[in-house]
Amino acid sequence: MGMTITEKILAAHAGRKQVYPGDLINARVDLVLGNDITAPVAIREFEKIGVEGVFDRERIALVPDHFIPNKDIKSAEQAKILREFAREQGITNYFEVGRMGIEHCLLPEAGLVLPGDVVIGADSHTCTYGALGAFATGVGSTDMAAAMALGETWFKVPESIKFVFHGQKLNPWVSGKDLILYVIGEIGVDGALYQAMEFTGPVIENLSMDGRFTMANMAIEAGAKNGIIAPDAVTAEYVRGRAARPFTVYGSDPDAVYARVYEFDAAEIEPQVARPHLPENTCPVSEIGDVPIDQVVIGSCTNGRLGDLREAAGILKGRKVHQNVRLIVIPGTQRIYQEAMHEGLIDIFISAGAAVSTPTCGPCLGGYMGILAKGERAVSTTNRNFVGRMGHPESEVYLANPAVAAASAVLGQIGLPVELGLAAGF
Amino acid sequence: MKGFAWKFGSNVDTDVIIPARYLNTTDPAELARHCMEDADPAFAQKIRRGDMIVAEENFGCGSSREHAPIAIKAAGVSCVIARSFARIFYRNAVNIGLPIFESPAAAAGIRAGDEVEVDGAGGLIRNITRGETYQVAPFPEFMQQIMARGGLIEYVRERVRSGERR
Ligand code: SF4
Repeated sequence: MGMTITEKILAAHAGRKQVYPGDLINARVDLVLGNDITAPVAIREFEKIGVEGVFDRERIALVPDHFIPNKDIKSAEQAKILREFAREQGITNYFEVGRMGIEHCLLPEAGLVLPGDVVIGADSHTCTYGALGAFATGVGSTDMAAAMALGETWFKVPESIKFVFHGQKLNPWVSGKDLILYVIGEIGVDGALYQAMEFTGPVIENLSMDGRFTMANMAIEAGAKNGIIAPDAVTAEYVRGRAARPFTVYGSDPDAVYARVYEFDAAEIEPQVARPHLPENTCPVSEIGDVPIDQVVIGSCTNGRLGDLREAAGILKGRKVHQNVRLIVIPGTQRIYQEAMHEGLIDIFISAGAAVSTPTCGPCLGGYMGILAKGERAVSTTNRNFVGRMGHPESEVYLANPAVAAASAVLGQIGLPVELGLAAGF
Repeated sequence: MKGFAWKFGSNVDTDVIIPARYLNTTDPAELARHCMEDADPAFAQKIRRGDMIVAEENFGCGSSREHAPIAIKAAGVSCVIARSFARIFYRNAVNIGLPIFESPAAAAGIRAGDEVEVDGAGGLIRNITRGETYQVAPFPEFMQQIMARGGLIEYVRERVRSGERR
């Protein structure tokens, strides 16, 4: 019987020829990740286990990014726990302020995640790395602690769902964000519960790595265990020059078994927006009506990469942010920040009247750097619009792609770049 | 386990269970004070030790924060019963020893304030108020072992001590 890419990676890491959905396996992990919120809990649990040290000091990544640079004394104490643990254990992949980034932008950029890897991270958006053809999934702090000690973890092999995107060209201003929002709108926030989402088809083959990261990133928003895209030439180009160790490329067999197959046509997908308070509340931006806004956030592990900033800058160039709107732009990593600077994007943002921040999760999770007051409304390129996600429980978050977010910042309400006379698309 | 039911709907997310603004601490007692705050601001004060959370589909969706089951457990909630759970929450609850039960029948039958008794080992939930019983699918053997030890850490400790690992 054929296997899906997810099954093949899990089988290889469990030392088995074949696995089937539902099998409980112990799998070797290539990388274990934690951040300033989850790792302190993991470190406390790790210390109870009674091993001398971590399984491999080069296979653990500690990324302080959520409340970093420290937003208050308590978060400074949390960050200190990471820093001290990293020093004590000689963990090589610890990323200090000034050298850091949002974890899911940073680790692929640094070549720490490669095709065919099994990665667990104490962060739900660890599924982002599926864009590279890795099996990557979010776990909690206790799982992280156990994996830091053992170098392995248990999984139930998930069933896979295949999403095939047909068509040659995306509609104007449609990007990876719209494809994944559209899927979540179709299947719901638990539409892929416990399952693997495999994205394929000509549209995916033509999608940039940045667009692929955005798609895999939001697999968790449909309840999935992982999102995955088989590596191809685009992946190879991205990995070249970053990979410092060998890796294996897997793909699904033609006779692999799927729980379900969905087929979409790119022509049917317009730019999407997800209304409060669930990512499944999607509709085309063209149907949203008049929705005035107070704030726009462009950034996060979903849309804080260079391609995203270029899209936003393309819209903001020569324009001004609406007088009633605060625009906050957060490059995903220091390197992205620097490249954006060299390309003149930062200049465009500041000239438009935006605030540009050092990399941080900050407002995405309602941490700091742009919290919403009661009754305020934001358009955000992030991934969650739950009640209170970006601030007051009575504030609202609308999710959209960077071009729509930038256009909305200029318009003062949710809208499309065409409303600014930009017709062509990317 | 015996207590009174507190009912919630579908897609109760981790930001509702414990808002991110409180994640600058890992202290269970402090997390417990803000448990379910954005759904019911007085929840932590109102519940009595042993009470249960009963919800619909996809309970615990969203972030991987273990602070969510920790807050629930530390608030004195004896278990969570739902039609279905989000996968990371499910895993975290098992790992930290917070009993959870997936039972569509119980989620449908139990009303807010009902007195409920749960027999985890026997796979039965008894609704004392309404005189109904609901079946629960048993956990896989391996997860039962984790839960019998109160969580994953003790399970791993035993493996390490027995020399199976270092
Ligand atoms: S940017 Fe947002 S979603 Fe991504 S890791 Fe940070 S808090 Fe989580």
